[in-house]
Amino acid sequence: MLQEGKKALWKEYQKEIADDRYFYVRSCVRQNFFPASETTFLRILTEELGKSVYEHPHHTSCSGVGYHSDVIPFETTMTMVARQFALMTESGFMNFVPSCITSFGLYTEVLETWHHFPEVEARIRETLRKATGREFEKPANLAHASDIIYKLRNEIADRAKYKLVNHNTGQPLRGVEHIGCHYAKMFPHKGVGGAEYPYVLVGMIESWGGEVVDYPERRHCCGFGFRQYLVKANRGYSVASSKKKFESMAPYKPDFILTNCPGCPYFLDRWQYAIAEMEGTTYGEDGMGIPVLTYEELAGLVLGYDPWDLGLQVHQVSVEPLLDKMGIPYNSSKKYLGKNGKFLGVPFKPAAIKVC
Amino acid sequence: MPDFGYKISKDRQINFDENSKNLFAEVAMREPSVYRCISCGTCAATCSAAQFTSYSLRKMILLLKRGEDKEVITSVSRCMLCGKCQLACPMGVNTRNLILSIQNAIKKLSHV
Repeated sequence: MLQEGKKALWKEYQKEIADDRYFYVRSCVRQNFFPASETTFLRILTEELGKSVYEHPHHTSCSGVGYHSDVIPFETTMTMVARQFALMTESGFMNFVPSCITSFGLYTEVLETWHHFPEVEARIRETLRKATGREFEKPANLAHASDIIYKLRNEIADRAKYKLVNHNTGQPLRGVEHIGCHYAKMFPHKGVGGAEYPYVLVGMIESWGGEVVDYPERRHCCGFGFRQYLVKANRGYSVASSKKKFESMAPYKPDFILTNCPGCPYFLDRWQYAIAEMEGTTYGEDGMGIPVLTYEELAGLVLGYDPWDLGLQVHQVSVEPLLDKMGIPYNSSKKYLGKNGKFLGVPFKPAAIKVC
Repeated sequence: MPDFGYKISKDRQINFDENSKNLFAEVAMREPSVYRCISCGTCAATCSAAQFTSYSLRKMILLLKRGEDKEVITSVSRCMLCGKCQLACPMGVNTRNLILSIQNAIKKLSHV
C-alpha cells in the first residue's frame, strides 16, 4: 500500500488526549528494565513543559501481569482497577495516564466492560466499598504515556537540542517503530492510528527529524506475551518472534528501534544478545546490534539530556553508534558511574555481539 | 555459549507463495465432501491406526489445505481402510474414498 493510503487510513483513528493534570501510574517492571524512562517522562512534563502530574504513593500493580497469565480472575482485576480509580478520584487529577501498555489495555478493557455491563460495574463498586470503604469516579480521560508524548511532540521538537538526523551526512536517521500489542490491537479506536497503522511513535520520529521505515513484520508481536516467557520452556517461542522481526527489519538497515511498551524494548534489546550467542547472528552494523529505545529515552536524547542520566548504559545493545550519528557528546568514562559518582562496575562483555 | 535452557523455536509460518495446493485441488475434485470437514477430530479419535502410530486424518486434511504435502505422502499409507472414521464423521465426509483419492492424486501428480 502507498504511504499516502496508510496516512489516510490512520487519520480515521484519533483519540482525545488530555493536555494537563495527569494522574500517572507506573509500570511494575519498567523501573527494572529501563530505570530512567519513567523519571524522564516526569522530568519532560514537569520541568520542560510545565505540566501538572500527580503520583499516588499507594498505587499498586494493575494486576494485568497476573490477569494475562491466567492466575488472577477478572473480578479481582476489576476491583484492583477500581481502587486505582479511587486513588485518582481522591487526588482530583482525573486524567489517568498509565506508563505500561498492558495496564493501558487492561484499564480500557475494564472501562469497556463496565460500559456494556453496568451491573458488573455496580457489583465492583460494592465490592470495593466493602473491602476498602472507597468510592471512585471513572477517568475523564484515559491515555497512555506515549499518547501524551505524541501530543506534546511538537513542543518537544521546539526545545530540541538534537534532531534525528545524521550530523555527518545531513540525512534523516531511519527508525523502525514497534507498538505494544495491548496498545491498539485489543481496542483499535483507543490508539492513535488504530491497530494497523499506529501513528503514536511514527509522529514522534517524524516530528523530531527522523524517517520511519516500513517493514513486513512491523506489526508482529515482539514475543513478550506473558505465556511465552513466564515458563522457561516456552521462551523459544518468544525469541523466535523477535528473530522474525529482526530478520524482517535488518535489510532496511535501521538506525534504531523505538517502542512504547515495557516488554518490547526489553526483549528486542536482550534477545539480540541471546540470538547472537545461540546462532552467531547480529543485525546491526559491524557485528553490533540495532539500538532499542523507549520513547522517553528518545525524547530525552532529543532534548539534550545526558545519555547516562537516561539509563542507556543498562541496554544490552550499545547505543553509542546512534549517539555518534546524532552528534550527541558523551563521556565514556562516566558510563558506569552511579548518581553519586560511585563506580558501579563494568558488565561482562559478550563474545558473539560487539558492544562498546 | 551459555546454557539458556531453551532454543529458538522453528518458524512454523506457512508461505502460500511457496506451497502448492494442487494436491488438495485434485483430491477435492475426486472427493468434494472433504470441503465439509470441520476439523473436529472425531475421525482421529476413533481411528485404529492412530492407536499405534501418529496417523491422523484430521491433521492430513489440514496439511493438504495448507499445501504441506510431504507429511501427507509419508503417512497416508498407514490407513487400513477399516472405515470406522466414516461411521463416526458428523459431517458425512466420505473418508474411505478420501484416503483412496489422496493416494491416487499423489500417483497422478507424481509425488511418489
